Amino acid sequence: MNELPQQLVNGLLLGAMYGLVAIGYTMVYGIVQLINFAHGEIFMTGAFGALTVWLWLPGGTTMWIALPLMIVGAVIVAVAIAVGAERFAYRPLRTAPRLAPLITAIGLSLALQQAVWAWYPEAKSARTFPQISGGPFDIGSVTIQTGDVFLVAAAPLSMAVLGYFVLKTRTGRGMQATAQDPDTAKLMGVNTDRIIVIAFALGAAFAAVGAVAYGLKYGEINFRMGFILGLKAFTAAVLGGIGNIYGAMIGGVVLGVAETLATAYIADIPGMDKFGSQSWADVWAFVLLILVLLFRPQGLLGERVADRA
Amino acid sequence: MRQRSLIALTAALAAGALTLTACGSRDSGDEGSGKDGGGTVVIGVDVPLTGDLSAMGLGIKNSADLAAKNANKRNFVKGVTFTTEALDDQAQPSAGQQNASRFVSEKEVLGVVGPLNSSVAESMQKVLDDAGLVQVSPANTGPSLSQGPNWQTKKERQYKAYFRTATTDAIQGPFAAQYVFNTAKKKKVFVIDDKKTYGSGLASTFTQEFKKLGGQVVGTEHINPDTKDFSAVATKVKNSGAEVVYYGGEYPQAGPLSKQIKASGAKIPLVGGDGVKDDTYMKLAGAESTGDLTTSVGAPVEDLPSAEQFVSDYKAAGYKEGYSAYGGYAYDSAWAIIEAVKKVVEANGGELPSDARKKVTEAMQSVSFDGVTGKVSFDQYGDATNKQLTVYAVKNGAWVPVKSGTYTG
Repeated sequence: MNELPQQLVNGLLLGAMYGLVAIGYTMVYGIVQLINFAHGEIFMTGAFGALTVWLWLPGGTTMWIALPLMIVGAVIVAVAIAVGAERFAYRPLRTAPRLAPLITAIGLSLALQQAVWAWYPEAKSARTFPQISGGPFDIGSVTIQTGDVFLVAAAPLSMAVLGYFVLKTRTGRGMQATAQDPDTAKLMGVNTDRIIVIAFALGAAFAAVGAVAYGLKYGEINFRMGFILGLKAFTAAVLGGIGNIYGAMIGGVVLGVAETLATAYIADIPGMDKFGSQSWADVWAFVLLILVLLFRPQGLLGERVADRA
Repeated sequence: MRQRSLIALTAALAAGALTLTACGSRDSGDEGSGKDGGGTVVIGVDVPLTGDLSAMGLGIKNSADLAAKNANKRNFVKGVTFTTEALDDQAQPSAGQQNASRFVSEKEVLGVVGPLNSSVAESMQKVLDDAGLVQVSPANTGPSLSQGPNWQTKKERQYKAYFRTATTDAIQGPFAAQYVFNTAKKKKVFVIDDKKTYGSGLASTFTQEFKKLGGQVVGTEHINPDTKDFSAVATKVKNSGAEVVYYGGEYPQAGPLSKQIKASGAKIPLVGGDGVKDDTYMKLAGAESTGDLTTSVGAPVEDLPSAEQFVSDYKAAGYKEGYSAYGGYAYDSAWAIIEAVKKVVEANGGELPSDARKKVTEAMQSVSFDGVTGKVSFDQYGDATNKQLTVYAVKNGAWVPVKSGTYTG
């Protein structure tokens, strides 16, 4: 049986999840030139927010009712933490050299992990996440899991909403203006502080949707899930051209597909059998990233911008 | 240029952060270690208290603690009070080594129970051995730890201070292979491991025996234990036509792996080793895991008459976490240290000698008693003489023993 279609779907699904998280990196970077390394942990707290809602609901609630509430819970928690982080950790450092907020972000990332570990009940090891009941769907030779249906629907929908918001609304245009030149935007009457908060909040909301998708896909969440996934999403954002929201999604998908195909096929190339296992997938993903950056330093969809003096 | 150098810098910082998390939190309970050892013996415990493997680690910590309490209650060694001090290694070799140095620096520590992971043991052995501080692991199954890197051809003891109450993968892997081939009648296997000392060792001893019996290995994979997405591997397993998957590794990956393999449409059992045998496995693998198999060291604790007391004591002590796969072995490991201390104290006229560590290590070699898991004693390599193993299967969301025995090559 030809496994390529299935592997492509595996990669697309993984990539869509990377993409959802990558949007947060890319938006924040686009507007304040900050790599928010705590974003992976904001994703993680979103997952725990969704789990908390599930635990509050009476037993036996169907997922049709529970899932929307869980998404709301995830978004509320993630947005609250992201906005709080912006207000108390990043805003005081906005005029400081760029390294300072970057280091704060790394510190915040560790702090959030430890906080969930310490205060969330039984979070010291993995917690199981509720599942959508029902068997997988077969489309031709491709099997799609019930839990992944959420991801299939959520990723394009999120992109459409985001695209509409940025291109068509007043606030969205304000974001574009601030991204281009914050000082001029301010002179033109754009409330840049508000725009920055919105960028953090939007990124966190998409990460929260990604976190629910993660829980449904893998059936478990834990306090360390954000770190590696955050790193991958950051990579996806760079790959797609950091600062470009469509680039984040494209970068995520390219990264996910590359990892999956590397696992599936590199071992079949003569002489490469040692480098084809899943444990090498990350290596190949980064080889791809480096190649893209060598030949297209601005990333796949990034625009070539002159460095500011 | 500024943008790009920022990205490079970020990558470097990320790597730094990775290292930081690896040696993160540690208990800060070393107050009072300065006071003179007036008859107090501390048994150090090094296990993962946090992270994915904490269920097993906490079971070990509690069981060792129970052994110390029982020894005090029975006044087993006159004039000596036992306490335990548990440090978290987060299943990381670097943290294990730091903990080992810390135990060495605290002179009241006369023995260490742990660690859980063979890869952590590798980093601890030399530190403890140099200080002559005895270490008894309830869970390490990597053969090279005691018998040297060339254990298949030339066995050679590595460290005089290293002992274990669990049997080795030189026995566990082949035992699983015989069960899968002869009893379960599966001829085609897909072998997966996590590249760690324990997982890859177990996978290779399994593979050797399985091939020797006439079985066919239709595919191999190595997974990265940091990720949770095994869909690509699952699809490969499905297309390989394998009748069974053997996984060398631990339950945090084995659970999701089993789940994703079944989800891909391959309704075949996953077989693992003792690192998989924890109740968390079923939570992670879901309802489809019924029929998955694992081997584990020893006979099931619940079925041993010698363990009845342990099980009821453990319940009575009111520990929040279960004793998990290694509780009985951890109790026996701690008890072996207590027995060795007793010998040393009795030989020294009822007092701890000044070179207690060295004497305890020497005494350990000849320790022999009836423990929770049966007769406890050590061979010339420091390995347990008890070579019993059991196959368990998932039934109704629990591990049910299906066959006990000893491997005969």
